[in-house]
Amino acid sequence: MHIPDGFLDPKTWITLDAVATGTVGLSVYKTSRKLRERMIPLMGVLAAFIFAAQMLNFPVAGGTSGHFVGGVLAAILLGPFAGTLVMTVVIIVQALLFQDGGIAVLGANVFNMAIVGSLLGYYIFRAIKMPFKSDKGLYISAFITSWLVVVISSSLVAIQLAISKTVALAVALPAMAGVHALIGIGEALITVGIITLVKKVRPDLMSIEKV
Amino acid sequence: MMKKFVIIGLIVSAALVLLIAPFASSWPDGLERVAINLGFIEKGEGLPVLRSPMPDYMLNFIKDERLSTILAGLVGITVMFLLVYVIGLLLKRRQNMEKN
Repeated sequence: MHIPDGFLDPKTWITLDAVATGTVGLSVYKTSRKLRERMIPLMGVLAAFIFAAQMLNFPVAGGTSGHFVGGVLAAILLGPFAGTLVMTVVIIVQALLFQDGGIAVLGANVFNMAIVGSLLGYYIFRAIKMPFKSDKGLYISAFITSWLVVVISSSLVAIQLAISKTVALAVALPAMAGVHALIGIGEALITVGIITLVKKVRPDLMSIEKV
Repeated sequence: MMKKFVIIGLIVSAALVLLIAPFASSWPDGLERVAINLGFIEKGEGLPVLRSPMPDYMLNFIKDERLSTILAGLVGITVMFLLVYVIGLLLKRRQNMEKN
């Protein structure tokens, strides 16, 4: 759901650039205060993995594909701020090196995928996980959050398109949320798959202090 | 301990790019599909603000599309890992300086 330049009007992308800059600045500050040495390589690997996984478009319905985003995975493994930071770097590099997502709308993409994905995603995950006591709760919450965040992000894209007068909200919202409700299932399965794997081979990484 | 995890993580990422990326679906993604169906796709097809070296995850001087995708992906993985690693080190250094 990387927005290209041209889809959003200036007032919308300038606002989102400002919001994203402030929030990413806060994430840098928070991360630099709490970061532990051993989390640094984990952040690097996760950035590389999320980038690679985002390249793997899978078909959903009717000539449409989707791909993994990874914000919730990053948040669960790293925490809300370090997760936001890693996702932001991925999105910036994708725009600069691979022309995936626009330059002026970089803030919009960072907002929709990094901030909503990792920062908001982390707290949604925590809230859903709260009543669970067992490991099962981890997987169930990861699944629900990943799916939900994809639907929320895509709905926000629809709202931004509508505010930009690119398309009417009444048609954009059901279209975006509808197709991403399908893509979100892929997101949820991959997130749960990776968490299951990490928990099996390196359970200590799951209990690393979140930043 | 961490070193092994990093190496395995990078190998897995490279394997995804080598084995799956060339066969990934080239159908439009969710947003592109909506933009096509609702008739605003051409709004995003103007001249890019900035010319990227590897648009669409391709190195355009390589003819073979699959090879091109694989190489672009490997470049991406390397850049992502190194960039985030260096940012992490810088943040850690700032933290240590503030403590002293």
